[in-house]
Amino acid sequence: MEHRIIDQQLDILRDKILLLGGTTEAAVQRAMRSLIERDSELAKKVLDEDKVIDQMELEIDRLSIEILALQHPAAHDLRFVISVAKITPILERIADHAGSIADAALVLNNEPQTNNYIDLSLMAEIAAGMLRTALDAFTAEDAKVSRDVIERDKKIDATYRKVFNELLELMIDNPSATTGAAHLLFVAKHLERIGDYVKDICELNVYLREAAFIKHSPRG
Amino acid sequence: MESKISISNLDFFYGKAQALFDITLEIPDRQIVAFIGPSGCGKSTFLRTLNRMNDTIPIASASGTVRIDGEDIYEAGTDVVALRRKVGMVFQKSNPFPKSIFDNVAYGIRINGIHNGKTDLAERVEKALVDAALWDEVKDRLNTSAFGLSGGQQQRLCIARALAVQPEVILMDEPASALDPIATQKIEELVVELKRKYTIVIVTHNMQQASRVSDRTAFFMLGKLIEYNPTQKMFTNPDEKLTEDYITGRFG
Repeated sequence: MEHRIIDQQLDILRDKILLLGGTTEAAVQRAMRSLIERDSELAKKVLDEDKVIDQMELEIDRLSIEILALQHPAAHDLRFVISVAKITPILERIADHAGSIADAALVLNNEPQTNNYIDLSLMAEIAAGMLRTALDAFTAEDAKVSRDVIERDKKIDATYRKVFNELLELMIDNPSATTGAAHLLFVAKHLERIGDYVKDICELNVYLREAAFIKHSPRG
Repeated sequence: MESKISISNLDFFYGKAQALFDITLEIPDRQIVAFIGPSGCGKSTFLRTLNRMNDTIPIASASGTVRIDGEDIYEAGTDVVALRRKVGMVFQKSNPFPKSIFDNVAYGIRINGIHNGKTDLAERVEKALVDAALWDEVKDRLNTSAFGLSGGQQQRLCIARALAVQPEVILMDEPASALDPIATQKIEELVVELKRKYTIVIVTHNMQQASRVSDRTAFFMLGKLIEYNPTQKMFTNPDEKLTEDYITGRFG
């Protein structure tokens, strides 16, 4: 295989999106830790880091457009650039959700703890695990693993429903816990949305590998 | 979709050297098919088998069948002149005759005797020039030399000349490779426009050109047809690794 000019740029693009993916994954984990361990300093770090993530998104956007305009990628190269360009804003949105969880942590950490966070930790664990596996599957271009990850989203959704009901009951039983419970509801919703976004990433992994659009298809 | 040209098991030889191996391919009516592949892959040779232009090479021989509208053009007794009227050709280098613009376009009409008097001839010339998107640029200087035209205009004149004899298929061998981007764009727009009336086969080294204008793309290598698929598929998700390697520049 001859060395192509585009290869160098595709390598840079791959490095950049993996770095963004890793940073996003860390943001989700740190945001949850800041909540569970009541570590407000860590929550602030998550919020600060969001600017770095926004910057990474812009860099990837610029590079993707440059490759499309100047190198005219085709076939797998084209699918790769398109996938990266579509995964990038998804990662940025996941990081925004991590930021919102950190915001909630900053409020909740100043309130008495009303919930043991067990199910929320479980949701976060599944979401972070899904994200990690989705990024590994992107690197390995593994469509099978990506499809498996999509299935895992159901577990997050089920846990979300459970958490939702528990927090509702908590609010009814203990009206003084309403503020905290409301914030926790948002945290649960953010985690549930992260699961949806990871699903979108996995659908793009399948596109990269198989050139098949599985989004909006009944079999997912 | 109905086939205009149907090629089966075509082998082609220059003397003992085999240039095409067992090509089987259907070219649909009023579509644009692009042939791509590295130099020497046989795409131009193949193009020329479609109107028997290779007959002019004494050592050339072909086996297999090429059917146009169901008739085998290699069958004994085929009227090659009529075939070439039906299957016109435009070459890489524009080759206008050292005549006026009008006479260039009128040439084929006259020698084929397919006009009915002077007015009819003029009408046919005008129609061909209009169809080749050249009329507006030359209508006031039809009697000046064709050599006064720009490269892009000369190429469109050659297309008008091909259209004048009312072909059904137009073969184009790198029609825009010597032109600047603006002239190239005009030729490409013209090719897409001509699809409404004609079946077009275009050989090109310019992959973007193939992807821009064609409905289907055939990729050739070393005289073999490697892949033939809708253009959209060829450039986003080809079936063959060789095709992928070629269109993404993995080998020269």
